[in-house]
Amino acid sequence: MKPLLKTLTETFSPSGYEDEIRKVITKEVKPLADEVRVDALGNLIVRKKPAKGAKDPKKIMIAAHMDEIGVMVTHVDSNGFVRFTGIGGVYPRNLPGGHVRFANGVSGVIGLEPTNQPAEIPPLSKMFIDVGASDKKNCPVKTGDVAGFERSFLDLGDKLVAKSMDDRIGCLVAIEALRALKSTPHDVYFVFTTQEEIGTRGAQTSAYGIDPDLGFSIDVTGWGDTPGQKDFEVALGKGPAIKIRDGGMLSDPRIVDWMIRTAEKGKLPYQREVLLGGTTDAHAMQLVRGGVPVGCISIPCRYVHTPAEMVDINDVTNAVKLIVAMLSNPVSI
Amino acid sequence: MLSIDKQQFKLLEKLCNAMSVSGDEGEVRRIVLEEVKPYADEVKVDALGSVLVLKKGSGKNPLKVMLDCHMDEVGFMIVHDDKDGFFEFESVGGIDPRHLVGKQVIVGKDHVAGVIGAKPIHLASRSELSSAVSVDSMRIDLGPEGKAKIGDRATFATKFKRVGPSIMSKAIDNRIGVAILIELLKHAPKNVELCLAFSVQEEIGLRGAKVAAHYFEPDLAIAVDSTPARDLPDYEGNENISYNTKLGFGPAIYVANSSTIDDPRLVRFLEDIAIKEKIQYQFRQPGGGGTDAGAIQKTRAGVPVVSVSVPHRYTHSPISVSRVDDWKNTLNLLHSALKKMTRDLLVHK
Ligand SMILES: [Zn+2]
Ligand SMILES: [Zn+2]
Repeated sequence: MKPLLKTLTETFSPSGYEDEIRKVITKEVKPLADEVRVDALGNLIVRKKPAKGAKDPKKIMIAAHMDEIGVMVTHVDSNGFVRFTGIGGVYPRNLPGGHVRFANGVSGVIGLEPTNQPAEIPPLSKMFIDVGASDKKNCPVKTGDVAGFERSFLDLGDKLVAKSMDDRIGCLVAIEALRALKSTPHDVYFVFTTQEEIGTRGAQTSAYGIDPDLGFSIDVTGWGDTPGQKDFEVALGKGPAIKIRDGGMLSDPRIVDWMIRTAEKGKLPYQREVLLGGTTDAHAMQLVRGGVPVGCISIPCRYVHTPAEMVDINDVTNAVKLIVAMLSNPVSI
Repeated sequence: MLSIDKQQFKLLEKLCNAMSVSGDEGEVRRIVLEEVKPYADEVKVDALGSVLVLKKGSGKNPLKVMLDCHMDEVGFMIVHDDKDGFFEFESVGGIDPRHLVGKQVIVGKDHVAGVIGAKPIHLASRSELSSAVSVDSMRIDLGPEGKAKIGDRATFATKFKRVGPSIMSKAIDNRIGVAILIELLKHAPKNVELCLAFSVQEEIGLRGAKVAAHYFEPDLAIAVDSTPARDLPDYEGNENISYNTKLGFGPAIYVANSSTIDDPRLVRFLEDIAIKEKIQYQFRQPGGGGTDAGAIQKTRAGVPVVSVSVPHRYTHSPISVSRVDDWKNTLNLLHSALKKMTRDLLVHK
């Protein structure tokens, strides 16, 4: 699992520019699926059909987003310095000194204008990317070019660190669940979605296209187990978190029940998650067409939206087991 | 290459001088209907009032391309009759109140002339003078005989003008898009099926385009609009790094704004066409703002989108300024792009 996670997390994939990661995932899932297609907004839709003779198969959509936060060039100045804006939730305080890489392979570092208030975090407009150019003409990037953050995968044993655990860890869980799922009574659609970080856009349109009976997302959630963190009970290593609510969605209680029942039956550790801010693809899936009962399985993740997002491998393997158990048996909600 | 002839100037003038405040786009709709009917295969006005035009392509299963432009403009709505010809009003769409005092307006279907007034300087207190006047405390003054009803729309009275290489109007955003779409219909290439949406209610939340896209179900869409140019010189001698777009630099191709990441396949395609056909172009700086593309992209199972805009200075003010060359280059970029579009464009690589 770890080598695949390394590849997944080190692949370039800012929102709207998911071609590279889609190729990597397609290669993994092709031999495992009954049907693989790409829709209009670039979502990768991977179908596992119900076993022959299955009674009352449910159409189940499981979404994990392929995209990550990144930056986009707004202007190259006369000295070749690159001004930029964020794609998705890019926090200025995580940027200075960071590395970025553009789609064309060009790398750069993030610099800061001098300030007489060094204790304050400057806005993005006071930062720039230095790609080593000396003027506008020899600068190898231009307005509109997209870059991702750059940081290599780090293996600390049970704890794993990468720049894009959000949500490559969800992609990994989906791939491994598909791999482990020998047969299912359901019509299962694993959807590797685009443009989640800028407003759950890919999930909305792919859910419309699939028209599922029910569904859930797999994404990261926050953590409450490092110094100074308060009021959030989710911890790394205590099992996948079953979401009750977040900032954009109330999980359908029947989906929550289904998840908890399955975890308890399989003696799998789990945590109950009540998150006040943020949301996931399930938020968009819930509201398409005539509405869809949804929930979310979260992987607890420290330092979300920094280049050092950390998860615990045990939460990952238990999430895979939980999902496989859920999909292996009939469900009535 | 297509050029901008006298007729097109005349049409743009007519479009710009019409009143078409969001939700009440009848005047512009009537002009559009008259213009498109002789060239269209199908024309309909949808439930919200957008004009939807179909121009069939030839061959089997031609690529279905939606072009969208909004017909509405920002303006005002009368909300209270204070008697004696004074009317309280509210803004419709995003308008900076600092632009309002002392401006001439037209009100209602008959374009009744009025002015937006405020206390004169010798009656205003010191604190009043140092802060912007709020819309609440302004009135439209129609004079004692002036008639208006609650709910009537109003807009700036500025008339369209051509000055050398420039055009000036209250409603370049987005009558220039309307004019471009009409011209593209007249020169529609046969390789694609053109779905033209002259949409309502963009300025208040991309509403018309959303349902228009649901109706058409296109393979891809281009929102044609007008975007701010903040290309004024920096008087402290610094390089202007947040101009959004610049006048005279050609059509602004979007890469990202708050409602859309423009589809990279379409962005590259437009750029390639511009380079090949030697049409001047620029990228709009990624940042805030939005166009109808944001709503179109999310309809049904999703639509690949890109936006292209003619730049103008002084957005949502009584008068915006654009360059005729940017208008012409936008028309030609879109026309050249349509001619070269095939299904290959949408293959995910
Ligand atoms: Zn996420
Ligand atoms: Zn506009």
